[in-house]
Amino acid sequence: MESASATLEIRDEADAVDAICAANAKGVSCAIVGGGSKARLGRSAPQAQTLSTAALTGVTLYEPNELVLSARAGALLGEIEALLDQNGQQLAFEPMDYGPLLGAEAGCATIGGVIAVNASGPRRIKAGAARDHLLGFRCVTGRGEQVKSGGRVMKNVTGYDLSKLVCGSYGTLALLTELTLKVLPKPETECTLLAIGANEEESLALLRRATATPCEPSSLAMLPAGAALALDDNAAAVRLEGPAISVTARRDDLLMRLALDGVRFETLEERDSAALWREVRDAEPVAAEVGQVWRISVAPTEGFAVVERIRRAGVPLLAHFYDWAGGLIWLCVETTSDAYAAVVRAAVDVSGGHATLIRASQETRTIVDVFHPQPAALAALTRRVKESFDPAHILERGRMRAEF
Amino acid sequence: MTLLMPTPEPAIMSRRNELVARLADILPGESLIVDEIARRAYECDAFTMYRALPLVVALPESVEQVRAIMALAAEMNVKVVPRGAGTSLSGGSMPLEDGILLGMSKFNRILEIDYENRCARVQPGVQNLAISKAVEAQGFYYAPDPSSQIACSIGGNVAENAGGVHCLKYGLTTNNILGLEVVLMGGDLIRLGGKHLDSEGYDLIGLMTGSEGLLGVVTEVIVRLLQKPPVARGLLLGFASVDAGARCVSAIIARGVIPAGLEMMDRATIHAVERFQPCGYPLDAEALVIVEIDGTQAEVDHLIGVVQDIAREEGATTIRASTSEAERLQFWAGRKNAFPAVSCIAPDYLCMDGTIPRARLPEALAGMDRLAKAQGLSVANVFHAGDGNLHPLILYDASKEGDVERAEKLGFDILRLCVSLGGVLTGEHGVGVEKRDLMGEMFTEVDLEQQMRLKCAFDPAGRLNPGKVFPTLHRCAELGMMHVAGGKMPFPDLPRF
Repeated sequence: MESASATLEIRDEADAVDAICAANAKGVSCAIVGGGSKARLGRSAPQAQTLSTAALTGVTLYEPNELVLSARAGALLGEIEALLDQNGQQLAFEPMDYGPLLGAEAGCATIGGVIAVNASGPRRIKAGAARDHLLGFRCVTGRGEQVKSGGRVMKNVTGYDLSKLVCGSYGTLALLTELTLKVLPKPETECTLLAIGANEEESLALLRRATATPCEPSSLAMLPAGAALALDDNAAAVRLEGPAISVTARRDDLLMRLALDGVRFETLEERDSAALWREVRDAEPVAAEVGQVWRISVAPTEGFAVVERIRRAGVPLLAHFYDWAGGLIWLCVETTSDAYAAVVRAAVDVSGGHATLIRASQETRTIVDVFHPQPAALAALTRRVKESFDPAHILERGRMRAEF
Repeated sequence: MTLLMPTPEPAIMSRRNELVARLADILPGESLIVDEIARRAYECDAFTMYRALPLVVALPESVEQVRAIMALAAEMNVKVVPRGAGTSLSGGSMPLEDGILLGMSKFNRILEIDYENRCARVQPGVQNLAISKAVEAQGFYYAPDPSSQIACSIGGNVAENAGGVHCLKYGLTTNNILGLEVVLMGGDLIRLGGKHLDSEGYDLIGLMTGSEGLLGVVTEVIVRLLQKPPVARGLLLGFASVDAGARCVSAIIARGVIPAGLEMMDRATIHAVERFQPCGYPLDAEALVIVEIDGTQAEVDHLIGVVQDIAREEGATTIRASTSEAERLQFWAGRKNAFPAVSCIAPDYLCMDGTIPRARLPEALAGMDRLAKAQGLSVANVFHAGDGNLHPLILYDASKEGDVERAEKLGFDILRLCVSLGGVLTGEHGVGVEKRDLMGEMFTEVDLEQQMRLKCAFDPAGRLNPGKVFPTLHRCAELGMMHVAGGKMPFPDLPRF
């Protein structure tokens, strides 16, 4: 959704059924918008009308002792997080706020949007992604049918796991109306061990060594000089969370195991640690630059090689950093019409993974594949899956793939 | 026999010789089982109530062979039932009389262990436990640990989304898989994911996991490896009532502790276990809770103290914390022997698998008791208490007139009770044929039609493992998923039941 189009406010499932059935009858496509923080995410694909889930607010169930929370799709992520926080709990997958990166306001993301893009932060490497925390949902499909899947219990294999499928589907399958999530206790405290001064490749190797220790790091990022917290040297950051007694013991243990010539270690205590991981979560080091932004997921050992290939091909990098022990690369490149898509994707395809163009102009996101191209058999299956929910391509037409 | 399976299609049965000859072009003689006595070995999986003799058994050992078989099946319009180690408790790999049974047991190699990327690439026939064994020397393991882990295969784990006692903290199969290679009906090969996290595009790995062999045949799996926690300690807690035990479980979670294992059993099971192989469980307790905490020494000792305090507050009558690895294993010995122990107090048992919101546990137990009495049967209970997954064991005697039917009826009643309490039919064993006809208790016809449309997206002719999961098999054309050219439907004789 980028250009102005008629907006229909969805107040309940009946509204969604009416709107989507009417759209099917007329053959017009619909955008789905919650808080609008991700309006510029995905392929540029203007839709004939907009369905707003902003009025679908409210937490409908919260039982802290059962580790479960249900909310309607338009509930603000910030409100849910505040409620959980009051009870010493959190969404462990640490969803990022895309707003600031994409030129929208901070704090307007809704839970429906979080699930629609499978937004997950630095803790993903230990705690799992949004897809690992969605227990069940209700929706109205592109056929205009009310469908539910999953439940409110932690363990459930009754029927296909559609929760996984709607996570990261960018609204192309169904309009989500209500989501049930697994919530978890907040760790008592956290700290971050910074290893400062090694080069990029060594820093990443050090992160991988940290994941091979029993110190249970919950996040591992490599921040090149100048990328965050006004650090003027390369830093490998390892987050430790848990009871205070355990965090301190693990920090000391890790320090011993990672000792390396020419590397100095610093500890960020709770507040600074939390601030650093918020920056990493929201990709601030690349968000601050003006260029186009890629998000690349590869095997952790391949992260550095992928960036090197892109650099050697002459792509002007404005900023970059690594999360997930090197497996997630955020890259900001100088703006050009094609965002260097061919070079970036070729660099990824050498060893496997995917590159998503997160921030670019409307024109660029029209001519460049925002999502990694798929082999023919997978592309055909993907289309059949889409059409099983939305045969007439009513929802978010063209948002993920040009062909639907 | 109350279970209705698709009627064998005469058109397929009559072409058996042709099918066998065509399969013989794909597979060497020893990989094709035609003889009736040898086929009998495959007539059921671990859900033994129902059996069927497969038309022919194919045991491929290469992806090319699987592709060729799937292409042949599509060409000849023959059904295929995939099978891993055959340990399904819900009949997921129960054969069809007019179908090829595709046994994946020869896919038994670990292809690659990549410690730096914390993953292993394995063939689907590799045993669950074999993965952990292969990496333990380096301090790693594969987390999901279903009770059948010495026998079950990783391909079957993917099909069923297998769990285990540690999934409260470490997740189910679906949370521990990075990549899949899948052969679709017709022979197309797709690769999903890899060594990286969160492949964009639709999460077909998530959809495949737990799809019970209805969508595709898995030919390779990339699993996540985890660092083994340096220390694990156990707590054995006895309570004077099941309610008190259930309250303690809730209190532990409420205090922000997520144990690696949190199990509970009732008096009937405690006594059965102690008779089978004494391991020091308190015989005066109505409920026994086993807690396992893992992590670093400082954290484990700290949390063991926290849980002991909670247990005291909740009125535990027995509190024992393990002080050695041998003692911890002894705490678990009874739990791990619970099923064989129960089979010593009754000739037969039927294991159910509903999940409920944990707080409803006392209600669920009282309700089960009432339902069991109504059928004149009794129930022993073990639960994965942390995640509310119940395993009521219905005790019966198959040699007694009407007992099988009563046990089955009681099982259905218990699952309906779980659903009415806000729970689900199955937490980790799968729907298969066992719970197929109860799907309507949880889902509307519209919900089920959407799931069936997904099946159509993978398998438009409905040839892969039909008769499982869905109570009614609709033609894809009826679901609006197939273009009907000139009024002619593909496969017009596809049966409905």
